[in-house]
Amino acid sequence: MLFSLSRRDWLSRFLKASVGVWGMGSGMSHAQDMSVLGRVQDMTDARLRQFDEMIAPYVVRQPVKQGGITLSLPMLADNGHLVPLSLKVDSPMTEESHVTHIYVISQRNPVPLMAMFVLGPWNGRAELSMRVRLSGTQMVVVLARMSDGTFRYETQEVVVTEAACIDNG
Amino acid sequence: MSGPKLCLWGLSRCLIYFLLLNVFGLLFHLPMAAAQQRLIALDKLQSGLAFTGPEILDLQGDDFANPGLPFLEKGAKLWNQVSGKNDKSCQSCHGELKSMKGAATRYPAIDKASGHLFNLEDRIRHCRQKRQKAAEWPLESEELLSITLYVTSASNGMPIKVSIDGKAQSHFEAGQNIFTTRQGQMNLACTQCHDQRYGIKLFTDKLSQGQPNAYPAYRIEWQRLASLERRLRFCYTGVKAEIPAWGHEDMRNISLYLMWRAQGLKIEVPSVRK
Amino acid sequence: MTTARLQLPARIVEGDVFKLRLLVQHPMDSGFLRDLEGVLVKRNVIRHLQCIFHDKEVFRVEPTTGTSANPLFEFYLRATKSGELYFRWVDDKGYIGELRQKLVIEPANQSKAPKP
Repeated sequence: MLFSLSRRDWLSRFLKASVGVWGMGSGMSHAQDMSVLGRVQDMTDARLRQFDEMIAPYVVRQPVKQGGITLSLPMLADNGHLVPLSLKVDSPMTEESHVTHIYVISQRNPVPLMAMFVLGPWNGRAELSMRVRLSGTQMVVVLARMSDGTFRYETQEVVVTEAACIDNG
Repeated sequence: MSGPKLCLWGLSRCLIYFLLLNVFGLLFHLPMAAAQQRLIALDKLQSGLAFTGPEILDLQGDDFANPGLPFLEKGAKLWNQVSGKNDKSCQSCHGELKSMKGAATRYPAIDKASGHLFNLEDRIRHCRQKRQKAAEWPLESEELLSITLYVTSASNGMPIKVSIDGKAQSHFEAGQNIFTTRQGQMNLACTQCHDQRYGIKLFTDKLSQGQPNAYPAYRIEWQRLASLERRLRFCYTGVKAEIPAWGHEDMRNISLYLMWRAQGLKIEVPSVRK
Repeated sequence: MTTARLQLPARIVEGDVFKLRLLVQHPMDSGFLRDLEGVLVKRNVIRHLQCIFHDKEVFRVEPTTGTSANPLFEFYLRATKSGELYFRWVDDKGYIGELRQKLVIEPANQSKAPKP
C-alpha cells in the first residue's frame, strides 16, 4: 500500500503528521480528504476552481493545447507571499509566429488572475520571471495566446503551508 | 505505610512516583543558566540562513533582486537628506557610511546621558530628535527601518560583540530571565525551542536558533523590512503571550541577551526571512 | 517615494536577445491584510507597468493582488539600436512611477571581441 502512494500523497501525509505533532493552534482543521490539492492546509475556505473556469475569460472558443511551455515553480513554497515563478514559451517570436499574451492564473486565490503580460516579436524570447502570491496549496496555470489566435497552457501544483492572503503576522 | 513491616506495594508506588517525577522533571527541565552560562556554545552558533529553504537562500544571495535592497537604497538617500531645525543630515556630522562601521555590533548599549538601554533604532531616533531637531520617525516606520538597515550594513560581516558590564548587567540578566522563563498560553520558554530544539521541524519549518544578527530583515510574511523588536513581538504571538507595548524595556533586554548569546556571529544584512 | 532598480547585461550587441530585470519597491497591498494596528489596509497595487523604447511599448505587465510585494519582473528584448529605456507604472492611488535608463547597443559589425 505504501509504495503505491504517489509523491504527492507522501508529502500530504508527512505534512499532516507534522501538523498533528505540534498543533500550534493556527486553526488548522484535520482534513478528511487525502488529495493534496487544497486539502493539506485548510486555513482558507476558498474553493478550488476548475481548469475550464480558470481559462474561460481568455479563451472563449479558440483551440487550447497543453505543452510548449516550460513552467518552473517550487514544489513546496517557503511562504505563500512570495513564490518565484519562471516560464518559457517555445516560440520563434517572429512577426509571423509569436506570443501575444501570457496569463498567470491561480486556482484558489481570491482574485484568479495573478498577472497578464503583453509581448511581441520585439522581445526575441517569450521568457519571463516574476514572484506570485499563493493563498494555500493549489494548481497554477500559465496560459499563452499565440499570434494565430490559438492558446497553449501548462500547469503545476504548489504546496503552500501558509496562506498568503488570509493569514497576517 | 505502617511500622517495620513496609508494604512492598506502597514502597514500589513511591519509587514509581519518584521516578516519574524525575523523568517528568528531566523532560521539561529548563536549564537554569547561571549568569553568563552559554546554552549554545560559541562555535555552534548559526545564522537563520542555516535553517531556511533554497528559495530564501537564492533571494538573499541575489545581489540585484534581494527584496531588502530597495530599502537599503532608501536608507542611503535618507542618510544624506537634510532634516530638522538644525539643517543637518546624518552625513553632516557622521560623514560617510564607513564611520558607522562596527556600530551595529555593539547595540543594544547603555545611553550614558539617560542611563537607559538603547537599541540601534532608539539611538537613531534620539539623534534625530536631539541633534537634528527633526520630526520623529516612529518605531517600525519605513524611514527608521531603512536608515537602521543602512547603518547596520556598515557592519556587514563583522562579529557581534556587546558589553554586559556596568549598567548593562541588570538588563542582560533581565533578558536572560525572560528567555528562560515559560510564558503564554502555550507555556513555552524561548530556550526550549531555540536552544534545545533548533534544527527540528515545526510543520515544514526548521526551528532556528533565534539569532539577531540579520536584522532589520525583509520578512516575506510581512512583505516589508522588519525590526528585531517586531520579530520578537511575533514570538510572543507564537506562544500566545500578551505582547508588551512598542518600545518596552523587555524587548531591549531580550535583544541585549540575544546579542550576547550571538557573540562572534556575523552581521548579515539585508537578509530575507520567512 | 518608491525606488526601482534595473539590471542589464554589461555589454549588449545589436541582434542580441538580452535579459532585463526590474525590481520595483511597492507594497502591492491586496486589501485583504491588516496593519500593525489591526486596521485593514486598502488595496493598492500596480495596475500596469510598461517599458517604452523608441516610442514603442516593448513590454507590458498588468499585475493584480496575486503579484508579490516589491515585484520583480524579468523579460527579454531584442537589441536594435541605442536609446533610452523608459519604464512607467501606475497604481490604484494614481501614483505614477518612472525609471529611465540609457541603453547602449554596440553595432554588430564593429564587434570583433567574442560575446560574453
